[in-house]
Amino acid sequence: MSTGLFVVQVLNGLQFGVLLFLIAAGLTLVFGVMDFINLAHGVQYMLGAYLAVAFYALTGNFLIALVLALAAALVFGLLLEFVVFRHLYDRDHLEQVIATFGIIIFLNQAVKTVWGAAPLTLPIPEMFSGSIVLMPGLLYPVWRLVVIAAGLAVALLLYVLVSHTRLGMLVRAGATNARMVSALGVDIRRLFMIVFGFGTMLAAFAGAMIAPILSVEPGMGDTVLILAFVVIVIGGIGSMRGAFLAALLIGLVDTLGRSFAIDILRLVMPPSPARTVGPAIASMLIYMLMALVLYFRPAGLFPSRGR
Amino acid sequence: MVDPVLEISDLRKNFGGLVVTDGVTLDIGRGELHAVIGPNGAGKTTLINQISGLITPAAGTIRFNGADITGLPANKRAELGLARSFQITSVLPRFSALENVALAVQARIGTSYRFFARADCEQPFNEAAIAALAEVGLAGREHTLAEHLSHGEKRALELAMALAMQPKLLLLDEPMAGTGHEESARLIDVLRQLKGRFSMLLVEHDMNAVFALADRISVLTHGRILASGAPHAVRTDPKVVAAYLGEEME
Amino acid sequence: MAQTLAAFSTVPLRRPDRPGLLPAMIFLVLALIPAAATLGPQSYLLGLFTRVMVFAIAAMALDFISGYGGLVSFGHAAFVGIGAYVVGILGAHGITDMLVSLPAALLASAIFAYLTGTVCMRTKSVYFIMITLAFGQMAYFIAGSLAPYGGDDGLTIRLRSTLLAFPFLQNDRTLYYFVLLCLFLAYLMFRAIVYSRFGRVFRGARENPTRMATLGFDVFRFQRVGYVIAGAVGGLAGFLLANATEFVSPAYMSWQRSGELIIMVLFGGIGSLHGAIVGAAGYLLIEEILSGITEQWKLIFGPLLVLVVLFARGGLLGLAGAMRERLARGRPRA
Repeated sequence: MSTGLFVVQVLNGLQFGVLLFLIAAGLTLVFGVMDFINLAHGVQYMLGAYLAVAFYALTGNFLIALVLALAAALVFGLLLEFVVFRHLYDRDHLEQVIATFGIIIFLNQAVKTVWGAAPLTLPIPEMFSGSIVLMPGLLYPVWRLVVIAAGLAVALLLYVLVSHTRLGMLVRAGATNARMVSALGVDIRRLFMIVFGFGTMLAAFAGAMIAPILSVEPGMGDTVLILAFVVIVIGGIGSMRGAFLAALLIGLVDTLGRSFAIDILRLVMPPSPARTVGPAIASMLIYMLMALVLYFRPAGLFPSRGR
Repeated sequence: MVDPVLEISDLRKNFGGLVVTDGVTLDIGRGELHAVIGPNGAGKTTLINQISGLITPAAGTIRFNGADITGLPANKRAELGLARSFQITSVLPRFSALENVALAVQARIGTSYRFFARADCEQPFNEAAIAALAEVGLAGREHTLAEHLSHGEKRALELAMALAMQPKLLLLDEPMAGTGHEESARLIDVLRQLKGRFSMLLVEHDMNAVFALADRISVLTHGRILASGAPHAVRTDPKVVAAYLGEEME
Repeated sequence: MAQTLAAFSTVPLRRPDRPGLLPAMIFLVLALIPAAATLGPQSYLLGLFTRVMVFAIAAMALDFISGYGGLVSFGHAAFVGIGAYVVGILGAHGITDMLVSLPAALLASAIFAYLTGTVCMRTKSVYFIMITLAFGQMAYFIAGSLAPYGGDDGLTIRLRSTLLAFPFLQNDRTLYYFVLLCLFLAYLMFRAIVYSRFGRVFRGARENPTRMATLGFDVFRFQRVGYVIAGAVGGLAGFLLANATEFVSPAYMSWQRSGELIIMVLFGGIGSLHGAIVGAAGYLLIEEILSGITEQWKLIFGPLLVLVVLFARGGLLGLAGAMRERLARGRPRA
């Protein structure tokens, strides 16, 4: 284990964490304001990736493809909200789970039908392809740094929006006690549509940004969705700050855990069992972390009050 | 006081920057009905929640029959003989009135880790439940689902559940709230019948009820006890008159 | 007081107390399937309904905790997978006797339920769903990382469980009846538990946990016990599934499988134990029929789920009930 490898994995962990934050941010506000479990959020992420690929094929320009993908994802998300979601807000959580599960099934299949089951790729934009030298002998892909930077920029933007604007104040109040906000005369449905639309674009943005690095395939949103849930549960439902910290924490723990589990275990046991047990423990790490946090704080690290 | 049922010492609770309980010290004797009155926002419900174990105080102690219960969870306190009613009636809506009370009996008698025999045929539970329901005037309503009971009947049901626990101390959080004139009169009668059987802490706004029932009264304002003593002493205490009662008296 | 007791004894018992015609009919139909199977494509029908019953057992356990206990678990498939893996792992080491593997499967699932339940039970509704989902994923990934036992690809089971060296379950028909017996016993057990002292507390904890606590019940403990029972029964389903398919894989515990179990419970009507059987049958049959029509059957199935949630409250049994009502209303007065 060298410092160089460690630095690389820390950066990878940050990149993963930033990605998780983009997805979790929209999700946590949706839960917080409308108490609505949206399993279909993961497919927004997937759609962002697929739309970016599709629009790139049409235009040949990443930036234009990105903007178009965001717009299309927003439209699609709002359509979904209008046709299905708004009929589910006053339903049981169980029913919300099943209905949004049905949407995942449908969209994973639809994507397969339209684009085929084989993974797609998106080339990294010219300007950011290649690697830069972080330390002597240590190269790191520029695009990954771009993703980190973009994610942090968005996080900053969200922070400013949520803490320093009137809209943000309404959102925070809504996440704390939606009924009260509604009683004060705010159109909670419209507030929610704005929150929802924004969250959709964040997820699609994450999908589009990660498309050049990961392979774009049906079902790519599913695992990420569950991790986003873990982020929200640890961070506290309705809390952006919680989502940000939890996302970075999980990104780092998961990435570093997977890379170094075997090495760390080799300190206490012979190499062969370490190689078997290592990956198993690495997969368990974030869940154990979640269990630990929840054991002491059943409502997460930064629970918003009320409800 | 000799051998009080409840001793609260310097209880404190705050929610963020808001101090809700500001050093409350209070004693309740055996068989005493102690009323706590005070304006809205004085912290009465928070006080009851701390005594029954739903909220943890920031500082101070609560002793129940000599034992320190400050750290005990709500169910343990119930086991020791602490029962309560809620300001917003809290029953099991889709259970019948009988089953609601039978459950209260079940909590007290025997073990609930029985998995195979039917519980609703257990005579000891049902008999005790029927008796409790009769005491509060709900005879004949045993099989009605709790959600179909009237507001006053639900309040009576809560009382029946508390009785079935054979408590040593009953905490009543505004039992008269929302009841009409006739129902309050009936409730006051029921409570009067229960006086002496066990101690009661009555939080109330309805002054008729308070002066008809209380052995002693404490006045809670801004999380602090302003005055405490026999009803007529409290009624005429100038501090109390100035702070709270004013013209609402009589 | 004598008067009220007399009144009580003449009041008829309420509806849920009578077992009802439907569950009896369901079990009768299931008992007759093997006979029907000889008429048509034998092993196909038999295999299909064996799977229906296995999932019905798991779904019934889920209905117990979510329908009666209010604990909606999105990780229930983990118990099924754990039970199945116990069979697979013991089999890989040459142990096939069900007197060993069945209790082991039940115990393993129960332990997992106890440990995860200790964390989950402290949380409320939305958190609970997400945490159970996460723990299910954890089990899924652990199973996938067990390289000696097939890893992601899974493990074939060469020999079905034996009883004292006798290949008891090797015959498909015997397996079918064994599963039916397990289903029947599970049904009886859950029915008894629901109306027992424990069941009353468990159901009460769903209605109003605060009230239950102030009556003197340790709600956390009771819910965890219920969760462990459901987990163990899930492990039973896993044991049977491994025998029926002669294969185990991490996919048995995927969150999609957990979702399918929830769908089965909803299809059948949540909070009615025999409904889980109807739901499992409905789900698997719809899946079979649709996938026979087109390879893109999920394009139909997804929206179908949404429609069922939006319009068929109370699941298939609820729909049947509503239809019966409408027919009764349409009939001319006698």
